[in-house]
Amino acid sequence: MSAAKRPMVARERGDFDRRNADWYIDRLVQGLVFLGGISAILFIIGIFVFIAKEGLGFVIDTLDLTEFFTSKYWEPSDEEAPEYGILALIAGTASVTGLAMVVAIPFSLGAAVYIGEFATGKTRESLKVLVELLAAIPSVVWGFIGLSIMNPLIIELFDVPVGLNVLNAGIILGLMAAPIMTSIAEDALKAVPDRYREAAEAMGATRWQVIYKVVLPAAKNGLLGAVLLGVGRGFGETMAVLMATGHSVNIPTSIFDSVRALTATIAAELGETAVGSDHYSALFTIGIFLFIITFVINLLADLVVRGVRKG
Amino acid sequence: MFEISALNQRNKKVERLFRTLFLMMVLLLVLPVIVILATLIIKGGPIISFEFLFTSPTDGMTAGGILPALIGTVWLVSVALLVSVPLGVAAAVYLNEYAGNNWFTRVINLAIINLAGVPSIVHALFGVGAFVIFFKFGTSILAASLTLAIMTLPVVIVATRESLAAVPMAFREACWNMGATRWQTIRRVVLPNAVSGILTGVILEVSRTAGETAPIMFTGAAFFLPYLPESIFDQTMALSLHLFVVSTQVPGVPEALPYGVALVLVTMVLIMNSLSIAFRVYLRGKKKW
Repeated sequence: MSAAKRPMVARERGDFDRRNADWYIDRLVQGLVFLGGISAILFIIGIFVFIAKEGLGFVIDTLDLTEFFTSKYWEPSDEEAPEYGILALIAGTASVTGLAMVVAIPFSLGAAVYIGEFATGKTRESLKVLVELLAAIPSVVWGFIGLSIMNPLIIELFDVPVGLNVLNAGIILGLMAAPIMTSIAEDALKAVPDRYREAAEAMGATRWQVIYKVVLPAAKNGLLGAVLLGVGRGFGETMAVLMATGHSVNIPTSIFDSVRALTATIAAELGETAVGSDHYSALFTIGIFLFIITFVINLLADLVVRGVRKG
Repeated sequence: MFEISALNQRNKKVERLFRTLFLMMVLLLVLPVIVILATLIIKGGPIISFEFLFTSPTDGMTAGGILPALIGTVWLVSVALLVSVPLGVAAAVYLNEYAGNNWFTRVINLAIINLAGVPSIVHALFGVGAFVIFFKFGTSILAASLTLAIMTLPVVIVATRESLAAVPMAFREACWNMGATRWQTIRRVVLPNAVSGILTGVILEVSRTAGETAPIMFTGAAFFLPYLPESIFDQTMALSLHLFVVSTQVPGVPEALPYGVALVLVTMVLIMNSLSIAFRVYLRGKKKW
């Protein structure tokens, strides 16, 4: 007790007491800034809580989860027997994202290698700026491009009745995802220390040999992370997919079939449903599903990229 | 001994081959977009006039201009910035100046990555569930802007954090040695040296926010309104949603109209981004340490 009291004496004299106005302000700011820091966590939790609040009751009381994931009939506005099956919607999202990745992965990785390893000086800087600008075009504009430019082009080129289909949305989504993947992949290449390249070059390796044998293996995880983030992006894209897929519930058998995506379903139907109705809650249930999937993809990408930093 | 061997020549050839291949990939990535932009300009350019930018839509949105959508976008972006900039800067200051390298910081980072990665339509659902219904803001500029602010928060955080990290540690140490508190150091030394970097992030944020459509569809943006918004509790039109509406929801729209709207939106976004990039390049040239 007495030991605890001793510093008080000093404090009363005011000699060692640092707690002046500046000290209190410092403490206050530290608290405020901390609140800002944890806000991201609070928002993520908030997002989950609020979509779960609107959707979870329906999942527990009414929804047959097996049917939800295995039925291909999404007929929420059927008055007698509404069906909530998202299999066809998952197929729609997966087919479009899959095709987008077929387009985006080779191009973005190739572009990243060119920008990061071959190009130099002004060329490199200009290409980087260009890629950054490409990534900035809003998704609704991409959707409009799918609708007004790609649609007639596909009809004419392939002689099909409808140009709003997996092919259209896949290409649009690929073009959208590629710049982002290029930037991340280029960062991953940049993270490979220069001494790796110098060591290989000192052995007489050509530029390409250095890239192929040294840089790419060393950047493997970062590149995988870039691909994963691209997949996450494709999965969650809404407006472009809404406008370019044709929006018909359908399990596609060819790239010329129209499909409908999970995200687009919410965007198209949320405005027409009454708050609290089964249909409304079913849309929030899709939201929960999307949240979980993208959360897992982002977590995986983070773990993969982190792996490269440690190793 | 130093002659070019056959092997060397073959290696060189392979290298040239791949170099060309990858260059083609870059060009194929960029080319479609140039074609697209050219199409937007050719088809949308002629409709753009003073009247197009500064009058309201008429005849069931098949004629007239885009003024209410432009003003609505300015409202939405401004209110969103009022929330996301202070919050994002605070978060970045915490992460760069206070947080240790521990599990808690990792969780925050993960949350930021996820905030950027969650689909925009899920943000919209959150906006509806939280701001429109739970906090009873209704469909309003406030609800839409808050949704946008949360969605684009990572843009501000990442940019601010980078520019804070670029301020040399020695600057802080010198200030602490003079007896300044942490906050005094941040306010007088760290932030002034980072403010231009933060500004580039804010410009990027403006561009991102202006282009988003899904998050505002159900939280505050309306297809058509005969009046302009007067407070943050009103609904509003928005340029991005207007493009969606005139290109998919309204019958009998003349072909040039949606092209014109798209052109205005893209121009706005690209100007913002170019500004941000130019600013960044200029700062890099000016940097003395």
